[in-house]
Amino acid sequence: MTKTIHDTTAPVSRRKFIVGSAAVAGGGLALGFDVPLGAAQGQNAGNELGIWVVVRPNNDCVIRIARSEMGQGTITGLAQLVAEELECDWQRVKTEGLLPGQNLARKRAWGNMSTGGSQGIRQSQDYVRRGGAVARMMLLQAAANEWGVPVGELTVSKGTISHAASKRQTTYGRVAAAAVKLTPPDPKSIKLKDPKSWTIAGKPLKRLDTAAKLNGSLVYAIDLKLPGMLNAAIKDCPVYGGKLRSFDEAKVAKLPGVRKVVRVKDTAVAVVADTWWQAKTALDALPIVWDEGENAKVSDATIAQHIATGLTATETNGDRREGDALAAIAGAAKKIEATYSTPFLSHACMEVMNATVRLTADKAECWTPTQNLEASLAALSSESGVPLGQCEVYRHDLGGGFGRRGGTQDYVRKAVTVAKEFPGIPIKLIWSREEDQTHDFFRPISMAKFSAGLDEKNNLVGLHVRVSGQSINAHLNPAAMAGGRDMRQLQGFWAEAGDAQMGYTVPNLLVEYAMRNTHVPVGPWRGVNTNQNGYYLECFIEEVARASGRDSLEFRRAMMSKHPKHLAVLNAAAEKGDWGKPLPPGVHRGIAQFMGYGSYSAATAEVSVDKAGNVKVHRMVLALNCGHIANPDQIAAQVEGSVVYGLSATLFGECPVANGRMTSLNFDTYRMLRLAEMPKVETVTVPTYDFWGGVGEPTICVVAPAVINAIFTATGKPVRSLPVKNVKLV
Amino acid sequence: MARLNINGQNRDVQVAADTPLLWVIREQVGLTGTKYGCGVAQCGSCSVHINGELVRSCSMRVGDVRPTDKIVTIEGLSRNSSHPVQRAWAAIDVPQCGYCQSGQIMAAAALLRKKPRPTDADIDEAMTNICRCGTYQRIRAAVHMAAGNGNGGSVGRGNRKS
Ligand code: FES
Ligand code: FES
Repeated sequence: MTKTIHDTTAPVSRRKFIVGSAAVAGGGLALGFDVPLGAAQGQNAGNELGIWVVVRPNNDCVIRIARSEMGQGTITGLAQLVAEELECDWQRVKTEGLLPGQNLARKRAWGNMSTGGSQGIRQSQDYVRRGGAVARMMLLQAAANEWGVPVGELTVSKGTISHAASKRQTTYGRVAAAAVKLTPPDPKSIKLKDPKSWTIAGKPLKRLDTAAKLNGSLVYAIDLKLPGMLNAAIKDCPVYGGKLRSFDEAKVAKLPGVRKVVRVKDTAVAVVADTWWQAKTALDALPIVWDEGENAKVSDATIAQHIATGLTATETNGDRREGDALAAIAGAAKKIEATYSTPFLSHACMEVMNATVRLTADKAECWTPTQNLEASLAALSSESGVPLGQCEVYRHDLGGGFGRRGGTQDYVRKAVTVAKEFPGIPIKLIWSREEDQTHDFFRPISMAKFSAGLDEKNNLVGLHVRVSGQSINAHLNPAAMAGGRDMRQLQGFWAEAGDAQMGYTVPNLLVEYAMRNTHVPVGPWRGVNTNQNGYYLECFIEEVARASGRDSLEFRRAMMSKHPKHLAVLNAAAEKGDWGKPLPPGVHRGIAQFMGYGSYSAATAEVSVDKAGNVKVHRMVLALNCGHIANPDQIAAQVEGSVVYGLSATLFGECPVANGRMTSLNFDTYRMLRLAEMPKVETVTVPTYDFWGGVGEPTICVVAPAVINAIFTATGKPVRSLPVKNVKLV
Repeated sequence: MARLNINGQNRDVQVAADTPLLWVIREQVGLTGTKYGCGVAQCGSCSVHINGELVRSCSMRVGDVRPTDKIVTIEGLSRNSSHPVQRAWAAIDVPQCGYCQSGQIMAAAALLRKKPRPTDADIDEAMTNICRCGTYQRIRAAVHMAAGNGNGGSVGRGNRKS
């Protein structure tokens, strides 16, 4: 219906975009955009309404996305929130991924681009919704001006503006050019819709990004093809802290396709060749001498000894203290003690680490899957020496992130180092799966010692928790450790409301963290420290509940009256998970609750253990209160994914260390849950609509304890170290 | 030098005979829908069809492929994503990051060719590819849907009507 209106700006911009990106990328499709890049650069400003929305004459509404898409559905969820306030036709919504250089050039108008800590939606929901509202108000005002009627007399539905009194109608596309000349209202002055009246946000709409994932057409960074591009494979010293001593380039220089062998800083060597397979083949054949250093003596056993010292040490690195737990336990009628442990875990994103970098005299460019485009831009600039304003990082959807692709940017820095040897030539650096498994920033290893005291009535009167293990902050963000304290390692035990608060009230409570670092690099891993702490606390509470002779659910409930949100979620999981109802013979149930990333989670698990000790998880029910809901179907997808990620870790996951290096280097030993092992997962959302919590990470922390507590019921024995595969169950 | 028949076209490639078919498909032929995940026949990201059989292409030498062998990659599975497996995948919104999904779809298509009405046990046995995002529940439902076994029961909690 808008065919009669000819747009003069969009086709030009579109052409500019294709030409421009062909020059940059060797083909417009390579960047994965379907909208004019020029729009974000102001070249298509004719249609830009505020900063988040571009309306095209054909009524397409382009919604800009600042965060990274790694499968978690952020593109769709954010677009729903903007479209809700925009009141556009969802069928006409397109999205445009912003680039960090664009953001920088506009003085970070689009805010934080980092995508971690389950922040993507909850941290930006307010300003992107206001952005949608700004565009709507400008479009309505333009129509009102054209018709000479008060804006208050207009209504809008699905991008069609109506004036009932004069029976006139127009569309967003028709008034967009006039709207753009208006001064945008102050976003802060805008009143947002009541979420209860939402019609686009909060609904289980289909994802916007599925089609290209069904036919091989989505170009991940690892798939990128650029003119003249060369490929590189890399090996870093397998012992962390070790160095590259020497390599014998002559032995591989004549192999097919090989261009050069490059020293990458002090620790690594890369082979550059025409194809990646040639590069990897030559790298495997390259004689390399490492200086492995002292760390080559480190093994699982020495690490375990070191961490165990933290269980009894007098000096600690952060605590929570209420009453006198030690005295209460000492004077209790019944005492319970247990010590637990969890191993290092790698992220194992399906798309291995990779980055493509091209350095020219006045420009540095990078194509990489990253959870933090701005951190990638900063790494590109600092490593290449090219000023920030002359750098750009191009966006690709990630083949998994899970925390691996956030702040560290080691993959960008390594690619830059190699690309420096080839000015003007794009270098695609791809890690083998083995290299990816070796040089991760692992989920930290830890142990926890618990003691509890019950009074004569079997009430918990004192609880002492001592967590000992490696600190993520010490490795990645020492500035966050004021006075040597690191409360992040006690995530989920906190007193403060709102983020990772412990859901129990214990009259005498002492929770302590003793930092025991190793030479292994550590970092955030989906759910971060709520994984270990959720397993520790909820499995110990289970042991205490059993010692008390009370029902596991009732024992927990009795300590939760001051934490109604935690309790409501636990109750929802218990109810939908049929707590207390009969199960088929041989199947047993477990329950757990915990909090992280601003959301409340609980789970039940139905599990059987056969005579050989094989565990089968049949069904899990997960309850989540994440406050508001952007898209319930994508919440369910995140919960299902959390169960898989959590079960792989619980049942099989470990990264053992021998001679200072990782020994589990591929999926033959780093076992993943497969479809046949997938339980039936039911997601129960119990939103209270009074806060915005995370979704991608909160539920993973209840997976391990719910399953372990069900195994406890099945075998009568607690499982005090993970993974389950190493524990003799029967 | 090898001659390959991929998605109905003959392609001559200059490559060492021991190069894995996966990397020939990706780097010489230039079809990147087939993915590298492990290189050791564990994950199935690299799955293609050869003469209708499911093959993990990372673990097949290109020298062992005959010029007459008919290789089909995700790009050649159907026109316009019209294969019943692709349509079911879309209807159920299976993919998260999507990286494993080419392999999952090729595995499901191979299963349905052999067993048009697979049981859950058949799906368990055939669908052994790794998905790190954890889309297995939806994969199962989508295989049933593609087979015409109804919608495969309840998955997630969303409204799946497209
Ligand atoms: S890449 Fe071939 S099975 Fe993993
Ligand atoms: S969808 Fe991401 S690995 Fe399967």
